[in-house]
Amino acid sequence: MGKKRLIMQNIEEILKEKILILDGAMGTMIQQYNFTEEDFRGNRFKDFAVFLKGNNDLLSITQPEAIKEVHKKYLEAGADIIETNTFSGTTIAMADYKMEDLVYELNYKSAKIAKEVADEFTKNNPDKPRFVAGSMGPTNKTASMSPEVNDPGFRAITFEELKTAYKQQAEALIDGGADLLLVETVFDTLNAKAALFAIEEIKSERNIHIPVMVSGTITDASGRTLSGQTAEAFLISVSHIPLLTVGLNCALGAKQLTPYLQIISDKTSFAVSAHPNAGLPNAFGEYDESPQDMAEQIKEYLDKNLVNIVGGCCGTTPEHIKAIAEVVKDYKPRIAK
Amino acid sequence: MMQKMNCKKLKLSGLEPLIIDENSNFINVGERTNVAGSRKFLRLIKEEKYDEALDIARHQVEGGAQIIDINMDDGLIDGKKAMVDFMNLIAAEPDIARVPIMIDSSKWEIIEAGLQVTQGKSVVNSISLKEGKENFIRQATLIKRYGAAAIIMAFDEVGQADSYERRLEITKRSYDILVNEVDFPPQDIIFDLNIFPVATGMDEHKSNATDFIEATRWVKENLPCVSVSGGLSNVSFSFRGNNTVREAMHSVFLYHAIQAGMNMGIVNPTMLEVYDEIPKGLLKHVEDVILNRRDDATERLLEFAETVKGTKKEQKIDLSWRRKSLQDRITHALVKGVDAYIIEDIEEARKNADEPVEVIENNLMTGMNVVGELFGSGKMFLPQVVKSARVMKKAVAYLTPFIEETKEAGAKGVGKILMATVKGDVHDIGKNIVSVVLSCNNYKIIDLGVMVPPEKIIEAAKKENVDIIGLSGLITPSLDEMVFLAKEMERQNFKVPLLIGGATTSKAHTAVKIDPEYKYGVVHVLDASKAVTVVGDLLNKKEAEYYIKNVKEDYNKVRKGFYSRANKKEFLTLNEARKNKLKIDWEKEKIPTPKFIGIKVFDQIHLKKLVDYIDWTPFFRTWELHGKFPDILTDEKVGEEASNLYADAKKMLLKIINNNLLEAKAVFGIFLANAVDNDDIEVYENSFRESVKAKFITLRQQSKKRVGIANIALADFIAPKESKKEDYIGAFCVTAGFGTDELARQFEVEHQDYEAIMVKAMADRLAEALAEYLHQEVRRQFWGYASNEQFTNNDLVKEKFRGIRPAPGYPSCPDHTEKRTIWNLLKVEENIGVKLTEGLSMWPAASVSGYYFANEKSKYFGLGKITKAQVQGFAKRKNMDIKEAMRWLGPNVNE
Repeated sequence: MGKKRLIMQNIEEILKEKILILDGAMGTMIQQYNFTEEDFRGNRFKDFAVFLKGNNDLLSITQPEAIKEVHKKYLEAGADIIETNTFSGTTIAMADYKMEDLVYELNYKSAKIAKEVADEFTKNNPDKPRFVAGSMGPTNKTASMSPEVNDPGFRAITFEELKTAYKQQAEALIDGGADLLLVETVFDTLNAKAALFAIEEIKSERNIHIPVMVSGTITDASGRTLSGQTAEAFLISVSHIPLLTVGLNCALGAKQLTPYLQIISDKTSFAVSAHPNAGLPNAFGEYDESPQDMAEQIKEYLDKNLVNIVGGCCGTTPEHIKAIAEVVKDYKPRIAK
Repeated sequence: MMQKMNCKKLKLSGLEPLIIDENSNFINVGERTNVAGSRKFLRLIKEEKYDEALDIARHQVEGGAQIIDINMDDGLIDGKKAMVDFMNLIAAEPDIARVPIMIDSSKWEIIEAGLQVTQGKSVVNSISLKEGKENFIRQATLIKRYGAAAIIMAFDEVGQADSYERRLEITKRSYDILVNEVDFPPQDIIFDLNIFPVATGMDEHKSNATDFIEATRWVKENLPCVSVSGGLSNVSFSFRGNNTVREAMHSVFLYHAIQAGMNMGIVNPTMLEVYDEIPKGLLKHVEDVILNRRDDATERLLEFAETVKGTKKEQKIDLSWRRKSLQDRITHALVKGVDAYIIEDIEEARKNADEPVEVIENNLMTGMNVVGELFGSGKMFLPQVVKSARVMKKAVAYLTPFIEETKEAGAKGVGKILMATVKGDVHDIGKNIVSVVLSCNNYKIIDLGVMVPPEKIIEAAKKENVDIIGLSGLITPSLDEMVFLAKEMERQNFKVPLLIGGATTSKAHTAVKIDPEYKYGVVHVLDASKAVTVVGDLLNKKEAEYYIKNVKEDYNKVRKGFYSRANKKEFLTLNEARKNKLKIDWEKEKIPTPKFIGIKVFDQIHLKKLVDYIDWTPFFRTWELHGKFPDILTDEKVGEEASNLYADAKKMLLKIINNNLLEAKAVFGIFLANAVDNDDIEVYENSFRESVKAKFITLRQQSKKRVGIANIALADFIAPKESKKEDYIGAFCVTAGFGTDELARQFEVEHQDYEAIMVKAMADRLAEALAEYLHQEVRRQFWGYASNEQFTNNDLVKEKFRGIRPAPGYPSCPDHTEKRTIWNLLKVEENIGVKLTEGLSMWPAASVSGYYFANEKSKYFGLGKITKAQVQGFAKRKNMDIKEAMRWLGPNVNE
């Protein structure tokens, strides 16, 4: 028992001691498997009525070994935290594939797979405990923007609907063994607020504590989220909940993210996370920043004392994470002002 | 003093942050979007005139409100629905949504509905202990979970606090519950201590103001970190109708309340006098009342008030600029693009001037310089500048006869610039924009039009003795034309700079291919806004030499970088690349049989049908407004201009449609086809699949890929002949361009460059829309493999559907010569009249052509660089001279 307690070290405590490494992209890794429609379907969904190719979350059920392998590669590369393969695991996002009914299972299974791999690594090296972050993506609908040009007051989704969907996802992730929850790629803050509301409800209903990370997305050089907020306005809008970290991910490469990360770091008393893309997409929509180049950019975060958790988003691979981990090991974590 | 200890700041947000601490100035909450406070707003909401209601909100923010209070509590309104609708509309207006919202209602249900539609951190107005502690705790807990601050009314189960003591009692109790039981952040608490009227004539009201002020002082000293707020207009209630007195009362009350610690309030800024500017006599009388300094203060103020009855302030439409000096009026007209008074003003200037030409050289140029500066510094946008140009041209056209009368040689500009789209290329939108912008800056433009052969450019340049030559082009072969022209200029000892622009050009190409050919300066110009500064630098005698030297050095660096990179990139041999082709398991592949095989022509397409298929984003790019549609309409920087442009575009579109000003036609064909020899596609006459009626030659990617990524050629998407599978290919050409040139010319004659460019840009969009529409019809109806497909325009823009329509000349197939094959196969010219120029660009310019591939795995890709060896093979397969092949594929060849 004593040993197990040691393993279950509190992530809040560890964060004070060192900078933690988050894993890299799941989608980029899955692409390399070149799964076909049949692979996505597996046996279980071979007669399913809609096309399933592209439903990456489903692979946790139909190709669990591949998902496990990706997790493993990231852990080998030095990640302290791996994200579950559940970026689109809400009834809202799964409606595209008519798989709303499967949402609980998808999240539960994904968390379980990640947890198994993480525990294995922790067991082999108890000095470096590994954690599973339940990934909660933005869904494909926005609560504060209209998809209809001519009807700006229209909304395709309501706060209540989002809250219900996120609650289901978060509960399944927690049941499956997620150590923390990561509300990420927030391009509409209202969606994130619904997720946070749902998590607060769970915490109060179950009387549990679970650390929460929130990560927003600055879409371009305008320095704003898709829903129009500046980095600081976004920060203010999600700071009503005690967070493990607040930070930024996606859309930009490490270099372009720096000024906005600086704002977040200056203005928050929470720990700060960043998981940028591997540069900006090239003319063919591919991310091609090399691990060394990206790690070099991340070094600037460290020199400026900006982050407590750092990892990668679109286009990053275990090589990127390894390069980042290599740079990070010489640095002390950011201390909030 | 307690309260300075470790207090966090009250942080609120709309799209932007609002941070309030003890150093902040008084926070002004806008009150006009309140149905209880504004009759006009109530009427607009009742009549659902939301646009005008939004204007009220906007007006408040522009007027300096840092938070706007929204209240929909009225018996005749569905308050919850009105709150949600209005808040959603505000969210779409960045100039309003930048400030935080105060969600104001006496009904919890409405407050909660409001909280569910705000992404920022807002303020709830209000909750209180009125319905008991339990309810208070429940609501406060939810507010915290929604992430809002809250106004707490000094109200409890007994009633509203109306004395100093009751205010203390209720605020203390509320504070303790919130901080200790709900864990509500104290800095997010804002107490409303109830502002009641004074000077009502009743004795018990005399201390209303002082009670508030003193209670404020107590709260700020004893309840750490909170804010204090209140609705100001109540205090002067008894003096309705006498705004002079009311404004003074408001100022006096605020002056003292703020000193006591009130830091926020619902205040109508137009109902506020500056404290220091209140006349002494009035000030004394008002202060006596507010501060309850004399028993007879009310009577004395009433008496005094009779003498200072205010006069209503007048409202005027803003034509104030008409009263300014002549030069200011001309500048204003140019900057704002207002042509209503320009002739009148120019005539006045002409009468004042010794020579009519001075009006251009002095008055108009002064104005255009302002335009140029604003444009250069990003404070004006291209569509505005084009409107400025219209005013400028109108003015110049008016002056020209006078100038000719005085036998002046015409307005001598600061420089003469030749502009031309090169041989074989018909695209001129970009060139026209640059011409207009340059002419705005008083450069004389010699525009030779499109498809201009090099000898004509050279001849005109000599004859007109131009100072600069500007070349434009959109298609790849134009690049070679530019290189050729640079060589010619060098050979003929030209000494004027050469400008290079257009969608296909790049700094890299200019540096590597054009710059080395010509000594006297070649400059790649990214867009119209850059053109002005570049031309300015080049024509400045002192700076020009230095500027050109710098550009040369810069290009030299680009060249070096280019060559070192090009050499590093790894390439596969064509055979290796072929081995790594995109693998489709043709055995298992089910290829749907097209419902229609053959050629179909549509020569009467209703433009109206195409409107829904327009992809607007590139339209804005044409005008150098960058951003995705529809977000660009609300973009902070260019949103306003984008919206104006969009409105103008829609107007133009309507005009085009209603008057049939443009003609759209289309032809497409679906044919039996198989891939042969890896990279080619044979099109067959009949189902024996033996007699070949056309052969498409495709190119294969050769750069080394990551493991698992294929080296693709378009032929990979078609079943190879040896698979014995029956496959198909399609081809198409559409146009919406007939009539464009005529229409644009009409506008040009009337100096309406803005409209002329707009027509061309709209024709381009309609052609693209037609291509999209036709592709959809083909998928659903004619090929029919996607008969159930239902997509919104947005999905179409994002290319969510199955199948692609790559176009020769674009990244998947940079080879323009394939167009010839398509033209022969579809008999394009005979069927719909679209011609190919010798450079293989299409005329009319607003045309699109390409192939159709239906395989599920087909996708757009970029060919990237290929090796010379592939080009040699290509030339052979095409029966083409290797030199000619290099000319077409040059930009894609790794050298």
